[in-house]
Amino acid sequence: MSQPQELLFSKEHEWVKVDGDVATVGITDYAQNSLGDIVYVELPKVGSTINQFGNTGVIESVKAVSDLFTPVSGEVLEVNTGLETDPALVNREPFGGGWLFKVKLSKANETSHLLAPESYDQLVAEEGR
Amino acid sequence: MSQLASEMGTPLIFEQGQNGRANRYFARAESAADYLPAEVLRDDLMLPENTELDVVRHYTRLSQRTFGIDLGFYPLGSCTMKYNPRINDAVANLPGLRDLHPFAPDEMAQGALQIMYELERSLASLFGMAAFSLNPAAGAHAELAALLVAKKYFRERGESGRNTVIVPDTAHGTNPASAAMCGFRVISLRSDERGRVGLDELEKVLGPETAVCMMTNPNTLGLFEDHIVEIAKSVHDAGGLMYYDGANANALMGNARPGDMGFDLMHLNTHKTFTIPHGGGGAGHGPLGVAAHLTDYLPIPVVRASKMPNGKPTKFVSDGLTFSLDFDLPKSIGPMRSFWSNFAHAVRALAYMYANGAQGLKRVSELAVLNANYLRVKIAPFLETPYPEICRHEFVASAQKLKKETGVRALDIAKALLDRGYMAPTMYFPLLVPECLMIEPTETESKETLDGFVESLREIVETARRDPKQILDAPTKTVVGRIDETRAARQPDLRWQSH
Ligand SMILES: Cc1ncc(COP(=O)(O)O)c(C=O)c1O
Repeated sequence: MSQPQELLFSKEHEWVKVDGDVATVGITDYAQNSLGDIVYVELPKVGSTINQFGNTGVIESVKAVSDLFTPVSGEVLEVNTGLETDPALVNREPFGGGWLFKVKLSKANETSHLLAPESYDQLVAEEGR
Repeated sequence: MSQLASEMGTPLIFEQGQNGRANRYFARAESAADYLPAEVLRDDLMLPENTELDVVRHYTRLSQRTFGIDLGFYPLGSCTMKYNPRINDAVANLPGLRDLHPFAPDEMAQGALQIMYELERSLASLFGMAAFSLNPAAGAHAELAALLVAKKYFRERGESGRNTVIVPDTAHGTNPASAAMCGFRVISLRSDERGRVGLDELEKVLGPETAVCMMTNPNTLGLFEDHIVEIAKSVHDAGGLMYYDGANANALMGNARPGDMGFDLMHLNTHKTFTIPHGGGGAGHGPLGVAAHLTDYLPIPVVRASKMPNGKPTKFVSDGLTFSLDFDLPKSIGPMRSFWSNFAHAVRALAYMYANGAQGLKRVSELAVLNANYLRVKIAPFLETPYPEICRHEFVASAQKLKKETGVRALDIAKALLDRGYMAPTMYFPLLVPECLMIEPTETESKETLDGFVESLREIVETARRDPKQILDAPTKTVVGRIDETRAARQPDLRWQSH
C-alpha cells in the first residue's frame, strides 16, 4: 500500500493536506475500507475552534459509529456539504471528493506530531496483520 | 405492489382482498355512532378486507420465510440464542397468572408476588448480590437504572463531582450510551494485548471524578477478566462503583458470582440467560442487582415478605410467608416501568430456573463453555482466532487474513451462512477485532449441529479461496438477496401508504 506523497497522517487514520495556513482533512483509504459503507458523517461547525487530536465529529457506517478526530488545531473554515446527501463519497474518493473539512491552522509546528506517508504505511501494515 | 413486497414475491395484506370480502361472525352494528362519540370516528382508514383463510395463508407464508431458534442454529454472539423451553410459556399462560389484573390488591395476588419474590431471592443468591429489582424491561434499561442509582448514591454522599464512567473498548454499545444518557462523561479504556482490561491503563484514568466502571466478565471476546478482583479493588480505592453487564452471565452461573468479584451493581438479560424468546425487539426483562449499600436506591416497587402468623417452613423458600409490594422507599430512583414490569417474563425465568435447579444451571454454563471451545478449536485451522486460549461461552474469529487474500469479508461469510441454513454470527463487534465474527453456540446445541456448522464454514472459506465471487454474491437462496445496506440505513422504507 502506498499513500499519496503530499499528505501527512494521524494514528487515527486521518490525512491532512497543508496549503499555506489552510489544511484540508479527510480519512484515509485504509480507514474507509475498514469502516465499510458510510451512511452518515457529522462534521464540526464552520467557525468553531478545534484542537489537535480532539473529538470533532462522528462517522457512521453500516458496521459501527466511530469518533472523528482532527489531526490539526485551528478554526474550521469550510465543511464538505456534499457529504450530507452523498456520504459514500468518502468511500469512493477518500483522498479527493470525500474530504471532510478545512481548517485555518493556529499552530503551524504541530504538524510535527503527524506521520509521513512511509510511517503511516508502516502503521497500516502493522494493524493489518 | 410495494418494492419490498415484490422482492419477497408476496403482496402485503393491504394489497390483497376485496371490499366486502371479510368474514363476519358478528352482526354489524346499526351505526357505530350509537357506540362511539362522533369525534373518534373516521372513514379514511383503508383497512384491508380479506377472508380468514387468506389471512391465515398470508401469515403462515410469512412465518415460513423468517428464521429463528426454532428453525435452526443461531450462533449470534453476545445474544445467547438458546432454546426457550415450552414449559416456560405453559406456566406463564396459566390463567391465574395471565389474567391477573395489575391493579389487583396484594391479598389477591399472593401467588404472583411469591413468584417475583422467589425469582428475586434466587437471582440474588446465584449472582451474589444483596437484592434485585425486577422492574427494568431489558439490559440497556437496567444499565440506565443502575447509573441513576449510582448518581443518586454519590449525590447523597456529597460526591456529585463523580461524573465519569469508564468503559473498556470491548463493551457493548449500550454501556457508553447509557452512561451518556445519564449525563456522565465516558472514558473508553483500551484493552491490553491479551484482550483484557489492563490495570496500568485503568489506574491512569481513575480519580476523584470516577463514578462507575462498567465491565462484563467474561468480556465480549469471551475471555475471563482474570484480574477482576484487583480491578475492583482499584476502582473501589478510587471511590468508584463497579458495574457488571450480565449479558454474558450464561458463562458462569453456579461457577462464579459477580458479587464475589467485587461488583456493586449488575444487570441480567433474563431474556438471554433464562430462556425468554428474544431477537424480535420484543418485550425483554432486565433485573437490576445491587450490593447491600445500594438497596435503598432500587426502583419501586419492591416485593417484601413477612412471616405469616402460623406459617410452617416447608421445602419451598417462601412458604409460610406473605407478600406485598413496597412503594415506600424514600431513596428510590422511582419506577422504571409501569405496574409490575414484564411480569410474564419473570414467570418464564423462574420456571426455567426451577426446571434446572442450582446444579442444572451450573451444568448449563459448563456446557455453554464446552460448546464454545469445541467450535473455537474446530474453526481455528481455517479461520483466524485472534485469542487462541480457552474461552468462556463465546469467542471471536477474524476474516482479516481472508479479506486480504480473497476480498471476502466477515459480512460476506455471514451472508453465505444464511444460504446454508444458519443465522449469521454477530459481525464487526467487538470493534477492536477487525473483520470480526463473534460466535456463541450456547449449551442447547448438539455435537452434530456444531459439526455441521463447522463444515459449512470450512466450505465457505474454501470456496472463497477458489471462487470468491460465489461468496460475494451470497445469499442467493434466501427470500431477499443481498440488500443495499447503505440505502437501508439512510432511506428505510418502513411504511405502507395507500395513496
Ligand atoms: C454485552 C451486552 N450488554 C448489554 C446489552 C443490552 O441488552 P438489551 O438488548 O437487553 O437491552 C447487550 C445486548 O445484546 C449485550 O450483548
